[in-house]
Amino acid sequence: MSNGTMHKQPNLAVEIAGIKLRNPVMPASGTFGYGEEYTPYLDVETIGAIVTKGLSLKPKAGNPTPRIAETVSGMINAIGLQNIGIDAFITDKTEFLRRVNTPVIVNFFGNTREEYGEVARRLADVPDVAGVELNISCPNVKQGGIVFGTDPAAAAGVVSLVRKNLGSKPLIVKLTPNVTDITVIARAAEEAGADAISCINTLTGMAIDVKTRKPRIANRIGGLSGPAIRPVAVRMVHQVVQAVKIPVIGIGGIMTAMDALEFLIVGATAVQVGTANFIDPGVMADIVAGIERFCREEGIADIHELIGSLR
Amino acid sequence: MMKNYKTRILSNQEIAPDYYRMKILAPGFGQHARPGQFVMFRVQRSMPPLLRRPFGVFRTGFLPADCDGMPEKEYLEILYKVVGHGTAIMRELHSGDAVEVLGPLGRGFEPGDPQREKILVGGGIGLVPLFMLAEDRVKESPVRLLMGGRTRDDILVVTEFERLGVETYVSTDDGSLGEEGFVTQMLERKLRKYPDAEVYCCGPLPMISAVNTICAAQNVPLQVSLEALMACGVGACLGCVVKGAGHTEEHPRYLCTCKAGPVFHAAELDWHALGTPAADSCEGCKS
Repeated sequence: MSNGTMHKQPNLAVEIAGIKLRNPVMPASGTFGYGEEYTPYLDVETIGAIVTKGLSLKPKAGNPTPRIAETVSGMINAIGLQNIGIDAFITDKTEFLRRVNTPVIVNFFGNTREEYGEVARRLADVPDVAGVELNISCPNVKQGGIVFGTDPAAAAGVVSLVRKNLGSKPLIVKLTPNVTDITVIARAAEEAGADAISCINTLTGMAIDVKTRKPRIANRIGGLSGPAIRPVAVRMVHQVVQAVKIPVIGIGGIMTAMDALEFLIVGATAVQVGTANFIDPGVMADIVAGIERFCREEGIADIHELIGSLR
Repeated sequence: MMKNYKTRILSNQEIAPDYYRMKILAPGFGQHARPGQFVMFRVQRSMPPLLRRPFGVFRTGFLPADCDGMPEKEYLEILYKVVGHGTAIMRELHSGDAVEVLGPLGRGFEPGDPQREKILVGGGIGLVPLFMLAEDRVKESPVRLLMGGRTRDDILVVTEFERLGVETYVSTDDGSLGEEGFVTQMLERKLRKYPDAEVYCCGPLPMISAVNTICAAQNVPLQVSLEALMACGVGACLGCVVKGAGHTEEHPRYLCTCKAGPVFHAAELDWHALGTPAADSCEGCKS
Protein backbone atom coordinates (compact mmCIF):
# COMPACT_ATOMS: atom_id res chain seq x y z
CA MET A 1 0.00 0.00 0.00
CA SER A 2 2.99 2.31 0.23
CA ASN A 3 3.92 2.28 -3.43
CA GLY A 4 2.35 5.57 -4.43
CA THR A 5 -1.11 7.11 -4.45
CA MET A 6 -2.16 5.54 -7.76
CA HIS A 7 -2.48 2.14 -6.13
CA LYS A 8 -4.02 3.29 -2.90
CA GLN A 9 -7.66 2.61 -2.22
CA PRO A 10 -9.36 5.98 -2.72
CA ASN A 11 -11.60 7.12 0.11
CA LEU A 12 -15.16 7.31 -1.20
CA ALA A 13 -16.90 7.87 2.14
CA VAL A 14 -19.16 10.91 2.45
CA GLU A 15 -21.53 12.24 5.06
CA ILE A 16 -25.03 13.60 4.44
CA ALA A 17 -26.73 15.31 7.35
CA GLY A 18 -24.85 13.15 9.82
CA ILE A 19 -25.50 9.89 7.91
CA LYS A 20 -22.19 8.22 7.17
CA LEU A 21 -22.11 6.60 3.73
CA ARG A 22 -19.33 4.22 2.64
CA ASN A 23 -19.64 5.72 -0.85
CA PRO A 24 -21.86 8.34 -2.50
CA VAL A 25 -24.15 5.95 -4.43
CA MET A 26 -27.70 5.06 -3.42
CA PRO A 27 -30.95 4.17 -5.18
CA ALA A 28 -33.61 6.75 -6.00
CA SER A 29 -36.87 6.20 -4.19
CA GLY A 30 -39.35 4.03 -6.06
CA THR A 31 -36.77 2.13 -8.07
CA PHE A 32 -35.52 -0.22 -5.34
CA GLY A 33 -38.68 -1.42 -3.59
CA TYR A 34 -38.30 -1.62 0.16
CA GLY A 35 -34.70 -2.82 -0.08
CA GLU A 36 -35.14 -6.56 -0.34
CA GLU A 37 -36.29 -6.88 -3.98
CA TYR A 38 -32.80 -6.54 -5.44
CA THR A 39 -30.86 -8.70 -2.99
CA PRO A 40 -30.48 -11.58 -5.49
CA TYR A 41 -28.60 -9.22 -7.84
CA LEU A 42 -26.86 -6.67 -5.69
CA ASP A 43 -25.03 -6.81 -2.38
CA VAL A 44 -26.63 -3.83 -0.65
CA GLU A 45 -23.49 -3.53 1.48
CA THR A 46 -21.61 -2.31 -1.61
CA ILE A 47 -23.70 0.86 -1.87
CA GLY A 48 -23.82 3.97 0.31
CA ALA A 49 -27.41 3.78 1.50
CA ILE A 50 -30.80 2.23 0.81
CA VAL A 51 -33.64 4.60 -0.05
CA THR A 52 -37.09 3.04 0.22
CA LYS A 53 -40.10 3.40 -1.99
CA GLY A 54 -42.25 6.37 -0.97
CA LEU A 55 -44.53 5.71 2.00
CA SER A 56 -47.71 7.42 3.10
CA LEU A 57 -49.83 7.47 6.23
CA LYS A 58 -52.36 5.02 4.77
CA PRO A 59 -51.64 2.31 2.17
CA LYS A 60 -52.08 3.56 -1.38
CA ALA A 61 -53.43 1.53 -4.31
CA GLY A 62 -51.71 3.40 -7.09
CA ASN A 63 -52.98 4.24 -10.55
CA PRO A 64 -54.72 2.16 -13.21
CA THR A 65 -52.60 0.59 -15.97
CA PRO A 66 -50.81 1.18 -18.26
CA ARG A 67 -48.54 2.87 -15.77
CA ILE A 68 -45.33 3.07 -17.78
CA ALA A 69 -44.27 3.94 -21.30
CA GLU A 70 -40.80 3.99 -22.79
CA THR A 71 -39.84 7.22 -24.54
CA VAL A 72 -36.64 8.38 -26.24
CA SER A 73 -33.84 7.63 -23.76
CA GLY A 74 -36.30 7.60 -20.91
CA MET A 75 -39.57 6.40 -19.53
CA ILE A 76 -42.75 8.04 -18.31
CA ASN A 77 -44.38 6.57 -15.25
CA ALA A 78 -47.46 7.21 -13.22
CA ILE A 79 -47.40 4.37 -10.72
CA GLY A 80 -49.39 6.50 -8.33
CA LEU A 81 -47.10 6.00 -5.32
CA GLN A 82 -48.54 2.54 -4.61
CA ASN A 83 -47.26 1.54 -1.16
CA ILE A 84 -48.11 -0.52 1.90
CA GLY A 85 -48.40 2.44 4.28
CA ILE A 86 -46.04 3.57 7.02
CA ASP A 87 -47.34 1.24 9.76
CA ALA A 88 -47.02 -1.94 7.66
CA PHE A 89 -43.55 -0.77 6.64
CA ILE A 90 -42.42 -0.34 10.23
CA THR A 91 -43.92 -3.71 11.24
CA ASP A 92 -42.96 -5.86 8.25
CA LYS A 93 -40.02 -4.35 6.41
CA THR A 94 -37.60 -3.01 8.99
CA GLU A 95 -36.53 -6.52 10.05
CA PHE A 96 -34.60 -7.00 6.80
CA LEU A 97 -33.25 -3.46 6.90
CA ARG A 98 -31.97 -3.97 10.44
CA ARG A 99 -29.86 -6.93 9.32
CA VAL A 100 -27.95 -5.08 6.60
CA ASN A 101 -24.98 -2.94 7.45
CA THR A 102 -26.08 -0.04 5.23
CA PRO A 103 -27.96 3.08 6.35
CA VAL A 104 -31.64 3.16 5.46
CA ILE A 105 -33.31 6.36 4.32
CA VAL A 106 -37.11 6.24 4.32
CA ASN A 107 -38.85 8.28 1.66
CA PHE A 108 -42.37 9.50 2.42
CA PHE A 109 -45.10 11.81 1.16
CA GLY A 110 -48.54 13.12 2.04
CA ASN A 111 -51.45 15.00 0.60
CA THR A 112 -51.96 17.37 3.53
CA ARG A 113 -49.50 19.06 5.84
CA GLU A 114 -50.98 17.03 8.71
CA GLU A 115 -50.37 13.72 6.92
CA TYR A 116 -46.72 14.61 6.42
CA GLY A 117 -46.45 15.57 10.06
CA GLU A 118 -48.01 12.33 11.26
CA VAL A 119 -45.74 10.09 9.17
CA ALA A 120 -42.72 12.01 10.50
CA ARG A 121 -43.92 11.46 14.06
CA ARG A 122 -44.22 7.71 13.49
CA LEU A 123 -40.71 7.53 12.01
CA ALA A 124 -39.06 9.63 14.69
CA ASP A 125 -38.39 6.75 17.05
CA VAL A 126 -37.77 3.89 14.62
CA PRO A 127 -34.14 3.00 15.41
CA ASP A 128 -33.38 1.29 12.08
CA VAL A 129 -34.12 4.43 10.09
CA ALA A 130 -30.95 6.49 9.58
CA GLY A 131 -32.79 9.42 8.02
CA VAL A 132 -35.80 10.41 5.99
CA GLU A 133 -36.32 11.84 2.56
CA LEU A 134 -39.35 14.06 2.17
CA ASN A 135 -41.11 13.96 -1.21
CA ILE A 136 -42.83 17.32 -1.64
CA SER A 137 -43.84 16.74 -5.28
CA CYS A 138 -47.42 15.91 -4.22
CA PRO A 139 -50.58 17.97 -4.61
CA ASN A 140 -51.98 19.58 -1.46
CA VAL A 141 -55.60 18.42 -1.46
CA LYS A 142 -56.57 21.16 0.98
CA GLN A 143 -55.15 23.90 -1.25
CA GLY A 144 -56.80 23.11 -4.57
CA GLY A 145 -54.18 20.53 -5.49
CA ILE A 146 -51.23 22.88 -5.77
CA VAL A 147 -48.04 20.87 -5.48
CA PHE A 148 -46.27 21.58 -2.16
CA GLY A 149 -42.89 21.68 -3.83
CA THR A 150 -43.86 24.36 -6.35
CA ASP A 151 -44.75 26.97 -3.73
CA PRO A 152 -42.03 28.23 -1.34
CA ALA A 153 -44.48 28.92 1.50
CA ALA A 154 -46.21 25.53 1.21
CA ALA A 155 -42.85 23.77 0.98
CA ALA A 156 -41.55 25.58 4.05
CA GLY A 157 -44.76 24.78 5.94
CA VAL A 158 -44.37 21.04 5.38
CA VAL A 159 -40.64 20.99 6.02
CA SER A 160 -40.92 22.88 9.32
CA LEU A 161 -43.68 20.60 10.65
CA VAL A 162 -41.78 17.47 9.64
CA ARG A 163 -38.60 18.88 11.16
CA LYS A 164 -40.43 19.46 14.44
CA ASN A 165 -42.00 15.97 14.53
CA LEU A 166 -38.92 14.06 13.45
CA GLY A 167 -36.88 14.55 16.58
CA SER A 168 -33.18 14.33 15.84
CA LYS A 169 -33.42 12.28 12.64
CA PRO A 170 -31.70 13.74 9.57
CA LEU A 171 -34.14 15.29 7.08
CA ILE A 172 -33.51 15.30 3.33
CA VAL A 173 -35.98 17.24 1.19
CA LYS A 174 -36.49 16.01 -2.38
CA LEU A 175 -37.35 18.76 -4.85
CA THR A 176 -39.49 18.72 -7.95
CA PRO A 177 -37.92 20.21 -11.09
CA ASN A 178 -41.30 21.40 -12.35
CA VAL A 179 -40.79 24.97 -11.18
CA THR A 180 -39.52 28.21 -12.67
CA ASP A 181 -36.65 28.62 -10.23
CA ILE A 182 -35.64 25.60 -8.17
CA THR A 183 -33.25 27.65 -6.02
CA VAL A 184 -36.18 29.51 -4.43
CA ILE A 185 -37.69 26.24 -3.20
CA ALA A 186 -34.28 24.92 -2.14
CA ARG A 187 -33.65 27.97 0.03
CA ALA A 188 -37.16 27.78 1.51
CA ALA A 189 -36.52 24.15 2.49
CA GLU A 190 -33.13 25.00 3.97
CA GLU A 191 -34.53 27.85 6.06
CA ALA A 192 -37.38 25.61 7.27
CA GLY A 193 -34.92 23.10 8.67
CA ALA A 194 -33.86 20.69 5.91
CA ASP A 195 -30.49 19.03 6.57
CA ALA A 196 -29.94 18.17 2.91
CA ILE A 197 -31.59 18.54 -0.50
CA SER A 198 -32.06 15.85 -3.10
CA CYS A 199 -32.90 16.83 -6.65
CA ILE A 200 -34.38 16.23 -9.09
CA ASN A 201 -37.62 14.28 -9.01
CA THR A 202 -39.14 13.37 -12.41
CA LEU A 203 -40.06 15.99 -14.98
CA THR A 204 -43.76 15.90 -15.89
CA GLY A 205 -44.27 14.56 -19.38
CA MET A 206 -46.74 13.03 -21.75
CA ALA A 207 -46.59 10.56 -24.63
CA ILE A 208 -49.30 9.81 -27.18
CA ASP A 209 -50.15 6.71 -29.17
CA VAL A 210 -50.84 8.36 -32.52
CA LYS A 211 -52.95 5.50 -33.84
CA THR A 212 -55.40 5.42 -30.95
CA ARG A 213 -54.78 9.15 -30.21
CA LYS A 214 -54.76 8.25 -26.53
CA PRO A 215 -52.10 8.98 -23.92
CA ARG A 216 -49.76 6.02 -23.53
CA ILE A 217 -50.33 5.84 -19.78
CA ALA A 218 -53.71 5.72 -18.07
CA ASN A 219 -52.98 8.75 -15.88
CA ARG A 220 -52.40 10.78 -19.10
CA ILE A 221 -49.49 12.70 -17.55
CA GLY A 222 -46.55 11.08 -15.81
CA GLY A 223 -43.01 11.60 -14.61
CA LEU A 224 -40.18 11.44 -17.13
CA SER A 225 -36.99 9.76 -15.94
CA GLY A 226 -33.90 8.20 -17.47
CA PRO A 227 -30.90 9.59 -19.37
CA ALA A 228 -33.16 12.00 -21.29
CA ILE A 229 -33.39 14.24 -18.22
CA ARG A 230 -29.75 14.14 -17.10
CA PRO A 231 -28.54 17.47 -18.55
CA VAL A 232 -31.54 19.22 -16.97
CA ALA A 233 -30.76 17.54 -13.65
CA VAL A 234 -27.05 18.43 -13.75
CA ARG A 235 -27.97 22.06 -14.44
CA MET A 236 -30.45 22.17 -11.55
CA VAL A 237 -28.06 20.50 -9.10
CA HIS A 238 -25.42 23.03 -10.12
CA GLN A 239 -27.84 25.89 -9.36
CA VAL A 240 -29.01 24.43 -6.05
CA VAL A 241 -25.45 23.83 -4.86
CA GLN A 242 -24.75 27.55 -5.37
CA ALA A 243 -27.94 28.55 -3.54
CA VAL A 244 -27.74 26.53 -0.30
CA LYS A 245 -25.15 25.59 2.32
CA ILE A 246 -26.53 22.13 3.11
CA PRO A 247 -25.38 19.05 1.16
CA VAL A 248 -27.11 18.19 -2.13
CA ILE A 249 -27.82 14.71 -3.51
CA GLY A 250 -27.88 14.66 -7.31
CA ILE A 251 -30.49 12.60 -9.16
CA GLY A 252 -31.47 12.32 -12.80
CA GLY A 253 -30.74 9.75 -15.48
CA ILE A 254 -27.52 8.33 -14.04
CA MET A 255 -26.61 5.15 -15.94
CA THR A 256 -22.82 4.98 -15.49
CA ALA A 257 -20.01 6.13 -13.20
CA MET A 258 -19.21 8.95 -15.65
CA ASP A 259 -22.80 10.21 -15.33
CA ALA A 260 -22.51 10.14 -11.53
CA LEU A 261 -19.22 12.05 -11.68
CA GLU A 262 -20.91 14.93 -13.52
CA PHE A 263 -23.17 15.45 -10.51
CA LEU A 264 -20.29 15.17 -8.03
CA ILE A 265 -18.18 17.65 -9.98
CA VAL A 266 -20.94 20.28 -9.98
CA GLY A 267 -21.10 19.85 -6.22
CA ALA A 268 -23.43 17.01 -5.27
CA THR A 269 -22.14 15.20 -2.17
CA ALA A 270 -23.86 11.99 -3.24
CA VAL A 271 -26.01 10.66 -6.07
CA GLN A 272 -29.11 8.54 -6.50
CA VAL A 273 -29.55 6.03 -9.30
CA GLY A 274 -33.12 5.43 -10.47
CA THR A 275 -34.30 4.11 -13.80
CA ALA A 276 -30.97 2.37 -14.42
CA ASN A 277 -31.79 -0.13 -11.65
CA PHE A 278 -34.70 -1.40 -13.74
CA ILE A 279 -32.42 -2.10 -16.68
CA ASP A 280 -29.44 -3.52 -14.81
CA PRO A 281 -30.12 -4.63 -11.25
CA GLY A 282 -26.38 -4.68 -10.50
CA VAL A 283 -25.71 -1.21 -11.90
CA MET A 284 -25.05 0.59 -8.60
CA ALA A 285 -22.16 -1.74 -7.76
CA ASP A 286 -20.73 -1.06 -11.22
CA ILE A 287 -21.08 2.69 -10.68
CA VAL A 288 -19.24 2.50 -7.34
CA ALA A 289 -16.46 0.46 -8.98
CA GLY A 290 -16.30 2.94 -11.85
CA ILE A 291 -15.98 5.95 -9.53
CA GLU A 292 -13.21 4.16 -7.66
CA ARG A 293 -11.38 3.35 -10.90
CA PHE A 294 -11.71 6.97 -12.04
CA CYS A 295 -10.21 8.18 -8.76
CA ARG A 296 -7.24 5.82 -9.12
CA GLU A 297 -6.64 6.87 -12.70
CA GLU A 298 -6.85 10.55 -11.85
CA GLY A 299 -4.73 10.17 -8.72
CA ILE A 300 -7.55 11.24 -6.44
CA ALA A 301 -7.13 9.98 -2.88
CA ASP A 302 -10.44 11.25 -1.51
CA ILE A 303 -13.78 11.76 -3.23
CA HIS A 304 -14.03 15.22 -1.66
CA GLU A 305 -11.30 16.36 -4.05
CA LEU A 306 -13.86 15.79 -6.82
CA ILE A 307 -17.00 17.12 -5.16
CA GLY A 308 -17.62 20.68 -6.33
CA SER A 309 -14.41 20.72 -8.39
CA LEU A 310 -16.10 22.26 -11.42
CA ARG A 311 -13.65 24.47 -13.31
CA MET B 1 -31.21 -18.99 -8.98
CA MET B 2 -32.01 -15.99 -11.10
CA LYS B 3 -29.01 -14.24 -12.53
CA ASN B 4 -28.03 -11.56 -15.01
CA TYR B 5 -26.30 -13.45 -17.82
CA LYS B 6 -23.90 -11.23 -19.75
CA THR B 7 -23.66 -13.49 -22.71
CA ARG B 8 -24.00 -13.81 -26.48
CA ILE B 9 -26.37 -15.01 -29.13
CA LEU B 10 -25.86 -18.47 -30.62
CA SER B 11 -28.45 -18.12 -33.39
CA ASN B 12 -31.30 -15.85 -34.46
CA GLN B 13 -33.46 -17.24 -37.16
CA GLU B 14 -36.72 -16.26 -38.89
CA ILE B 15 -39.21 -19.14 -38.71
CA ALA B 16 -42.29 -17.46 -40.23
CA PRO B 17 -42.93 -13.96 -41.53
CA ASP B 18 -41.99 -11.63 -38.61
CA TYR B 19 -41.51 -14.54 -36.17
CA TYR B 20 -38.01 -15.37 -34.92
CA ARG B 21 -36.38 -17.86 -32.63
CA MET B 22 -33.21 -16.93 -30.79
CA LYS B 23 -30.81 -19.22 -28.96
CA ILE B 24 -28.75 -17.53 -26.25
CA LEU B 25 -25.73 -19.04 -24.49
CA ALA B 26 -26.70 -19.51 -20.83
CA PRO B 27 -24.64 -22.01 -18.83
CA GLY B 28 -26.56 -23.27 -15.80
CA PHE B 29 -29.85 -21.70 -16.82
CA GLY B 30 -31.77 -24.90 -17.47
CA GLN B 31 -31.47 -26.39 -14.01
CA HIS B 32 -33.25 -23.38 -12.51
CA ALA B 33 -35.87 -22.62 -15.18
CA ARG B 34 -39.38 -23.89 -14.61
CA PRO B 35 -42.16 -24.01 -17.22
CA GLY B 36 -43.87 -20.64 -17.65
CA GLN B 37 -41.04 -18.44 -16.42
CA PHE B 38 -39.61 -15.53 -18.40
CA VAL B 39 -36.45 -13.52 -18.95
CA MET B 40 -35.75 -9.80 -19.33
CA PHE B 41 -33.72 -9.31 -22.50
CA ARG B 42 -31.35 -6.46 -23.24
CA VAL B 43 -29.25 -5.66 -26.25
CA GLN B 44 -25.95 -4.91 -24.59
CA ARG B 45 -24.40 -1.46 -24.96
CA SER B 46 -27.36 -0.33 -27.01
CA MET B 47 -29.65 2.57 -26.39
CA PRO B 48 -32.44 2.67 -27.57
CA PRO B 49 -34.27 0.72 -26.47
CA LEU B 50 -33.66 1.85 -22.91
CA LEU B 51 -35.68 -0.79 -21.11
CA ARG B 52 -35.36 -4.53 -21.30
CA ARG B 53 -38.09 -6.59 -22.92
CA PRO B 54 -39.80 -9.57 -21.27
CA PHE B 55 -39.89 -12.87 -23.16
CA GLY B 56 -41.25 -16.22 -22.13
CA VAL B 57 -38.65 -18.99 -22.07
CA PHE B 58 -39.44 -21.35 -24.94
CA ARG B 59 -36.99 -24.08 -24.04
CA THR B 60 -33.53 -24.81 -22.70
CA GLY B 61 -31.04 -27.34 -23.99
CA PHE B 62 -27.52 -28.14 -25.05
CA LEU B 63 -25.80 -27.68 -28.39
CA PRO B 64 -23.54 -30.70 -28.89
CA ALA B 65 -19.77 -30.44 -28.57
CA ASP B 66 -18.21 -29.54 -31.90
CA CYS B 67 -15.43 -31.32 -33.76
CA ASP B 68 -12.79 -28.85 -32.56
CA GLY B 69 -13.22 -30.31 -29.10
CA MET B 70 -15.22 -27.33 -27.81
CA PRO B 71 -17.54 -28.50 -25.06
CA GLU B 72 -21.31 -28.60 -25.40
CA LYS B 73 -23.05 -25.28 -24.95
CA GLU B 74 -26.10 -24.78 -22.78
CA TYR B 75 -28.66 -22.40 -24.24
CA LEU B 76 -32.02 -20.89 -23.57
CA GLU B 77 -34.32 -20.18 -26.46
CA ILE B 78 -36.92 -17.47 -26.94
CA LEU B 79 -39.44 -16.97 -29.73
CA TYR B 80 -40.57 -13.49 -30.62
CA LYS B 81 -42.71 -11.59 -33.07
CA VAL B 82 -41.47 -8.30 -34.49
CA VAL B 83 -44.10 -5.83 -33.32
CA GLY B 84 -42.24 -2.66 -32.34
CA HIS B 85 -39.03 -0.84 -31.84
CA GLY B 86 -37.27 -3.33 -29.56
CA THR B 87 -38.06 -6.46 -31.55
CA ALA B 88 -37.13 -4.66 -34.80
CA ILE B 89 -33.63 -4.18 -33.33
CA MET B 90 -33.55 -7.80 -32.15
CA ARG B 91 -34.26 -9.20 -35.62
CA GLU B 92 -31.03 -7.61 -36.85
CA LEU B 93 -28.86 -9.39 -34.27
CA HIS B 94 -26.51 -12.20 -35.19
CA SER B 95 -24.68 -15.12 -33.67
CA GLY B 96 -21.92 -13.78 -31.43
CA ASP B 97 -23.65 -10.47 -30.59
CA ALA B 98 -23.47 -9.49 -26.91
CA VAL B 99 -26.75 -9.54 -24.98
CA GLU B 100 -27.86 -9.58 -21.37
CA VAL B 101 -30.53 -11.89 -20.06
CA LEU B 102 -31.95 -11.62 -16.57
CA GLY B 103 -33.73 -14.72 -15.37
CA PRO B 104 -35.40 -17.08 -14.93
CA LEU B 105 -38.05 -14.78 -13.47
CA GLY B 106 -41.55 -15.00 -12.10
CA ARG B 107 -43.88 -17.78 -11.05
CA GLY B 108 -44.34 -20.53 -13.61
CA PHE B 109 -47.06 -23.11 -14.13
CA GLU B 110 -47.99 -25.52 -11.39
CA PRO B 111 -47.96 -29.11 -12.60
CA GLY B 112 -51.48 -29.98 -11.48
CA ASP B 113 -52.84 -33.47 -10.90
CA PRO B 114 -50.94 -36.17 -12.86
CA GLN B 115 -54.12 -38.27 -13.01
CA ARG B 116 -55.89 -35.67 -15.14
CA GLU B 117 -55.65 -34.87 -18.85
CA LYS B 118 -53.81 -31.66 -19.72
CA ILE B 119 -55.17 -29.31 -22.36
CA LEU B 120 -52.81 -26.52 -23.42
CA VAL B 121 -54.35 -23.60 -25.30
CA GLY B 122 -51.98 -21.31 -27.19
CA GLY B 123 -52.68 -18.30 -29.37
CA GLY B 124 -49.95 -17.10 -31.75
CA ILE B 125 -46.74 -16.24 -29.90
CA GLY B 126 -48.58 -17.22 -26.68
CA LEU B 127 -47.52 -20.76 -27.49
CA VAL B 128 -44.03 -20.04 -26.15
CA PRO B 129 -44.37 -20.74 -22.40
CA LEU B 130 -46.42 -23.88 -23.07
CA PHE B 131 -43.53 -25.85 -24.58
CA MET B 132 -41.58 -26.54 -21.39
CA LEU B 133 -44.86 -27.28 -19.64
CA ALA B 134 -45.73 -29.87 -22.31
CA GLU B 135 -42.22 -31.32 -22.11
CA ASP B 136 -42.60 -31.73 -18.36
CA ARG B 137 -46.25 -32.87 -18.17
CA VAL B 138 -46.14 -35.38 -21.00
CA LYS B 139 -44.02 -37.61 -18.74
CA GLU B 140 -47.00 -38.14 -16.43
CA SER B 141 -50.23 -37.26 -18.19
CA PRO B 142 -51.79 -37.19 -21.65
CA VAL B 143 -51.17 -33.69 -23.06
CA ARG B 144 -53.12 -32.05 -25.89
CA LEU B 145 -52.22 -28.75 -27.50
CA LEU B 146 -54.87 -26.55 -29.09
CA MET B 147 -53.12 -23.91 -31.14
CA GLY B 148 -54.87 -20.95 -32.71
CA GLY B 149 -53.80 -18.09 -34.97
CA ARG B 150 -55.16 -15.60 -37.47
CA THR B 151 -53.53 -17.30 -40.44
CA ARG B 152 -51.16 -20.22 -40.99
CA ASP B 153 -48.24 -17.80 -40.55
CA ASP B 154 -49.17 -17.52 -36.86
CA ILE B 155 -48.96 -21.28 -36.28
CA LEU B 156 -45.49 -22.00 -34.92
CA VAL B 157 -43.34 -24.98 -33.95
CA VAL B 158 -46.30 -27.35 -33.65
CA THR B 159 -44.19 -30.26 -34.90
CA GLU B 160 -41.85 -29.77 -31.92
CA PHE B 161 -44.78 -30.40 -29.59
CA GLU B 162 -45.69 -33.49 -31.63
CA ARG B 163 -42.17 -34.82 -31.22
CA LEU B 164 -42.71 -34.70 -27.45
CA GLY B 165 -45.70 -36.98 -27.84
CA VAL B 166 -48.29 -34.22 -27.54
CA GLU B 167 -51.47 -34.49 -29.62
CA THR B 168 -51.84 -31.19 -31.48
CA TYR B 169 -54.88 -29.50 -33.01
CA VAL B 170 -54.68 -26.33 -35.08
CA SER B 171 -57.25 -23.69 -35.91
CA THR B 172 -56.94 -20.47 -37.88
CA ASP B 173 -59.38 -17.60 -38.20
CA ASP B 174 -59.18 -17.76 -42.00
CA GLY B 175 -58.98 -21.54 -42.35
CA SER B 176 -55.58 -21.38 -44.05
CA LEU B 177 -54.29 -24.13 -41.75
CA GLY B 178 -56.19 -26.68 -39.66
CA GLU B 179 -59.77 -26.01 -38.73
CA GLU B 180 -61.42 -22.67 -39.62
CA GLY B 181 -62.56 -20.77 -36.53
CA PHE B 182 -61.43 -19.97 -33.02
CA VAL B 183 -59.35 -22.18 -30.79
CA THR B 184 -62.03 -21.76 -28.11
CA GLN B 185 -64.49 -23.76 -30.21
CA MET B 186 -62.03 -26.65 -30.19
CA LEU B 187 -61.61 -26.26 -26.45
CA GLU B 188 -65.37 -26.61 -25.87
CA ARG B 189 -65.38 -29.84 -27.87
CA LYS B 190 -62.35 -31.26 -26.09
CA LEU B 191 -63.82 -30.47 -22.70
CA ARG B 192 -66.95 -32.38 -23.60
CA LYS B 193 -64.74 -35.36 -24.39
CA TYR B 194 -62.36 -34.88 -21.43
CA PRO B 195 -64.45 -33.18 -18.73
CA ASP B 196 -61.82 -34.00 -16.12
CA ALA B 197 -59.02 -32.11 -17.89
CA GLU B 198 -56.97 -29.22 -16.51
CA VAL B 199 -56.39 -26.27 -18.83
CA TYR B 200 -53.28 -24.07 -19.27
CA CYS B 201 -53.49 -21.04 -21.51
CA CYS B 202 -51.40 -18.24 -22.99
CA GLY B 203 -52.26 -15.88 -25.83
CA PRO B 204 -53.99 -12.59 -26.60
CA LEU B 205 -56.17 -11.31 -23.77
CA PRO B 206 -59.52 -11.72 -25.61
CA MET B 207 -58.64 -15.39 -26.15
CA ILE B 208 -57.58 -15.89 -22.54
CA SER B 209 -60.81 -14.23 -21.40
CA ALA B 210 -62.92 -16.51 -23.59
CA VAL B 211 -61.03 -19.56 -22.30
CA ASN B 212 -61.67 -18.42 -18.75
CA THR B 213 -65.41 -18.06 -19.42
CA ILE B 214 -65.56 -21.60 -20.78
CA CYS B 215 -63.52 -23.12 -17.94
CA ALA B 216 -65.30 -21.18 -15.19
CA ALA B 217 -68.71 -22.37 -16.46
CA GLN B 218 -67.60 -25.99 -16.15
CA ASN B 219 -65.44 -25.68 -13.06
CA VAL B 220 -62.33 -26.68 -15.01
CA PRO B 221 -59.05 -25.70 -13.30
CA LEU B 222 -57.32 -23.05 -15.40
CA GLN B 223 -53.88 -21.44 -15.22
CA VAL B 224 -53.16 -18.50 -17.50
CA SER B 225 -49.93 -16.75 -18.41
CA LEU B 226 -50.36 -12.99 -18.78
CA GLU B 227 -48.30 -10.37 -20.55
CA ALA B 228 -47.77 -6.82 -19.34
CA LEU B 229 -45.64 -3.78 -19.95
CA MET B 230 -42.86 -3.93 -17.39
CA ALA B 231 -39.69 -1.99 -16.68
CA CYS B 232 -37.81 -4.14 -14.15
CA GLY B 233 -39.23 -7.69 -14.09
CA VAL B 234 -38.36 -8.17 -10.41
CA GLY B 235 -41.24 -6.47 -8.58
CA ALA B 236 -39.71 -3.05 -7.99
CA CYS B 237 -41.23 -0.70 -10.58
CA LEU B 238 -44.87 -1.76 -10.03
CA GLY B 239 -45.54 -0.95 -13.68
CA CYS B 240 -46.99 -4.36 -14.59
CA VAL B 241 -49.73 -4.81 -12.01
CA VAL B 242 -53.08 -6.48 -12.64
CA LYS B 243 -56.11 -6.39 -10.38
CA GLY B 244 -56.51 -9.49 -8.25
CA ALA B 245 -59.81 -11.17 -7.34
CA GLY B 246 -61.65 -9.12 -4.75
CA HIS B 247 -59.99 -5.85 -5.77
CA THR B 248 -61.99 -2.77 -4.75
CA GLU B 249 -61.18 0.91 -4.59
CA GLU B 250 -61.20 0.72 -0.79
CA HIS B 251 -59.27 -2.55 -0.59
CA PRO B 252 -57.02 -2.58 -3.62
CA ARG B 253 -55.39 -5.84 -4.56
CA TYR B 254 -52.81 -5.24 -7.24
CA LEU B 255 -50.59 -8.16 -8.26
CA CYS B 256 -47.28 -7.74 -10.08
CA THR B 257 -47.38 -9.73 -13.31
CA CYS B 258 -43.62 -10.18 -13.03
CA LYS B 259 -43.54 -11.60 -9.53
CA ALA B 260 -46.98 -12.91 -8.51
CA GLY B 261 -47.23 -14.10 -12.15
CA PRO B 262 -46.86 -14.24 -15.08
CA VAL B 263 -48.80 -17.47 -14.47
CA PHE B 264 -51.94 -17.12 -12.36
CA HIS B 265 -54.68 -19.49 -11.34
CA ALA B 266 -57.77 -18.04 -13.00
CA ALA B 267 -59.44 -17.65 -9.59
CA GLU B 268 -56.70 -15.23 -8.45
CA LEU B 269 -57.63 -12.57 -11.03
CA ASP B 270 -60.32 -9.93 -11.35
CA TRP B 271 -61.58 -10.93 -14.80
CA HIS B 272 -63.99 -8.04 -15.01
CA ALA B 273 -61.09 -5.59 -14.68
CA LEU B 274 -58.92 -7.53 -17.14
CA GLY B 275 -61.82 -7.11 -19.55
CA THR B 276 -61.39 -7.28 -23.26
CA PRO B 277 -59.26 -4.37 -24.39
CA ALA B 278 -58.34 -3.82 -28.01
CA ALA B 279 -57.74 -7.09 -29.80
CA ASP B 280 -54.12 -6.22 -30.60
CA SER B 281 -53.16 -5.38 -27.02
CA CYS B 282 -51.22 -8.59 -26.52
CA GLU B 283 -48.78 -8.13 -29.34
CA GLY B 284 -48.24 -4.52 -28.43
CA CYS B 285 -46.92 -5.31 -25.01
CA LYS B 286 -43.87 -7.11 -26.32
CA SER B 287 -42.72 -4.19 -28.37
